[in-house]
Amino acid sequence: MNEAWQRALFRVPELLAAHVQISVSALALAMIICLPLAIWAARSPKVATFALTVASLIQTIPGLALLALFYPLLLGVSALVGGGISAFGFLPALLALTLYALLPILRNAVTGLAGVDPAAREAADGLGMTSSQKLYYVEAPLAAPTIMAGIRTAAVWTIGASTLSTTVGQPSLGDLIFAGLQTQNWTLVLAGCLFSAALAISVDLLLGLIERGIRERRRILVGAGMATIAAGLLIATLPLMIARDNIVVIGAKGFSEQYILARLIGSRLEEAGYTVRFRDGLGSAVVYQALSEGDVDVYVEYSGTIWTNQMQRTDSQPKSAMLETIAQWTSDNHGVKMLGALGFENTYAFAVRPQDARTKSLKTLDDLARVSSDFNFGTDVEFLERPEWQMVQDAYPIRFKNARSFSPTFMYPALASGEVDVISAFSSDGRIAANGFVVLDDTKGAVPSYEAIMLLAPKRAGDDKFIRSLNPLIDAISVENMREANYTVDREDDKKTPGQAASWLNDKLRE
Amino acid sequence: MPVSGPSIRLQQVSRHYGTVRAVDDVSLDIAAGSLVALVGLSGSGKSTLLKMINRLIEPDSGAIFIGEEPVDSVDPHVLRRRIGYVFQNIGLFPHMTVARNIAIGLELAGEKEGRADRVSELLDLVDLPQDVASRLPDQLSGGQQQRVGVARALATRPGLMLMDEPFGALDPVTRDSLTGQYKTLHDKLGLTTIIVTHDMAEALYLADRILVMEGGQIKADASPAELLSGNVGEEAEALVAIPRAQAAHLIALDKAP
Repeated sequence: MNEAWQRALFRVPELLAAHVQISVSALALAMIICLPLAIWAARSPKVATFALTVASLIQTIPGLALLALFYPLLLGVSALVGGGISAFGFLPALLALTLYALLPILRNAVTGLAGVDPAAREAADGLGMTSSQKLYYVEAPLAAPTIMAGIRTAAVWTIGASTLSTTVGQPSLGDLIFAGLQTQNWTLVLAGCLFSAALAISVDLLLGLIERGIRERRRILVGAGMATIAAGLLIATLPLMIARDNIVVIGAKGFSEQYILARLIGSRLEEAGYTVRFRDGLGSAVVYQALSEGDVDVYVEYSGTIWTNQMQRTDSQPKSAMLETIAQWTSDNHGVKMLGALGFENTYAFAVRPQDARTKSLKTLDDLARVSSDFNFGTDVEFLERPEWQMVQDAYPIRFKNARSFSPTFMYPALASGEVDVISAFSSDGRIAANGFVVLDDTKGAVPSYEAIMLLAPKRAGDDKFIRSLNPLIDAISVENMREANYTVDREDDKKTPGQAASWLNDKLRE
Repeated sequence: MPVSGPSIRLQQVSRHYGTVRAVDDVSLDIAAGSLVALVGLSGSGKSTLLKMINRLIEPDSGAIFIGEEPVDSVDPHVLRRRIGYVFQNIGLFPHMTVARNIAIGLELAGEKEGRADRVSELLDLVDLPQDVASRLPDQLSGGQQQRVGVARALATRPGLMLMDEPFGALDPVTRDSLTGQYKTLHDKLGLTTIIVTHDMAEALYLADRILVMEGGQIKADASPAELLSGNVGEEAEALVAIPRAQAAHLIALDKAP
């Protein structure tokens, strides 16, 4: 077994435990909702039609979108009841996955109950069973195999969909997949896929055994299946039961630079005696909220993101004034402490291929506007919806032929291969220089500054040891070194892990 | 054996389905201990009439009494526990053993003592071997299954038995033996039995009173002997004509050289 696999496998037990925990909870909640609903539906065709329609509608919402929707929804609910509900991590994942599991359970339960032999029902009535006795003695046992088949389908779906819960901050095997995808670490992706597939297959087989046991009325099969599942559950969740006090949670958004900086912060905190845990692949909107709620202790943000997303500002200010304003605003509004800027900027940069820059003499965004009607635009998944894109369009008459979204990993190859002609690159990304791409000047200063800044949760704002161990990172990272570190993780050959890149970066810190 | 079954009285009972009068203003007295056959073609209303007695179907108007007690004076499930019900599709519970199927009424009544003895006694009563007790219903033949159905209905010692085409789906030999055995059981236990059938030959053989239904009304009410002697209405005559013709044909065949 090589080193990459060893590193991937090292993370598996804890993620598997969290994955099992969220899947089982969602499945259990879905069953608690569906089974009474199905009993009601079996007695009333109107309820059946309504419930099944709603469940089918939910199913048409893509899993990722459903998870994303629960985040603002829970924030709203939390605001309504005066706070205290976490929109981060377990709860939104639980709710979204539960909704997702409803349809197969409900449909099979309704079908199963409706399919009970009318003669058995008539006999039950004739014998003087009450409605609930009829359910207990006759309908439930006869519908059980069909209901069980629905639970089985739901279990497999839920285990698969749980990998998406990484995006709302609930750890799962998806952490491996998302991190691997961003850093092109295919071993990590494969490990995530293999373990979630293996989990789904084992659960499917065990539930299948129970289903067969019920169908063939062989209690021993049912018992064996249930016992194995219970044992598996216990073993899988064991890592979660080992109590750990005062764990520092370090947040990271879904790209290499964030992974590296999170590891850099983590290594320093570990040296200072803290136990750290990483929460990778968080959405921009999720992570700041999580920090202000204390679900995340520290992460690296970019000044422009706070400026436009959180503060809703559309004006531009000089760099230092902007940082001061941000520090004041986060502290006043959320108690979040801005420890300082790390010393480099990662802004949106429009990059083109060198030959296009030469032949079409492209130097600035004004030049780009001139040729934009012939250009295909490649961008990351969020840029087109961000205020910065609006600001650029307001400042320059850019109208592209069309626009396509990529994960950052695939955006650079798309430009290199000519699939797109210009991309919204990140200025600290090592792949710009590595590919020889030309970055166009924003002569009108339309895009606000994106200084990397370190933000601390309110509960860490007064933690001196914490602050002392992280202070050496302030103003210590040059954009060249950050690019180099990013590139070692992003490149195709001789890839480094974020941890290795972080330790390299640690040696290059400015005094 | 003294009569233990109750008498039954129906007063101007009607039941409509949309514009169809399934049971149309029927009044009827059935003496305790009698074995009454309700005969008629499909759709004549005989099953509806039967099922109104144990309230599987509720009448639109009229009153029904078992003994002196109106059937709607208690909850339906309480009423039904006192009445044996056997029907064509049998409805054994496929996930329960034969023994548990038979004892289910006792289980519902909360009787814990002596269930196994009662099951054994009932198996003897319906002429089934003891070893079927531990089997599942689908391992039994159709005739055996309906014997279990009868045993299940008798388990709680009801005085009244309602039977809806109970032997209609069985082969003629099984059917004949079951019919005969049930008649014996009825007499032995002193039951009141109402049996719905579309087979006049079965009714003539089994019942001591035959009610012929058509269009939701009772068109003839007579003993088997009276029916055979005629003058009880054309509806009854038409039904009696069939077994009579069959019997004549058989006698003719037998006498042929």
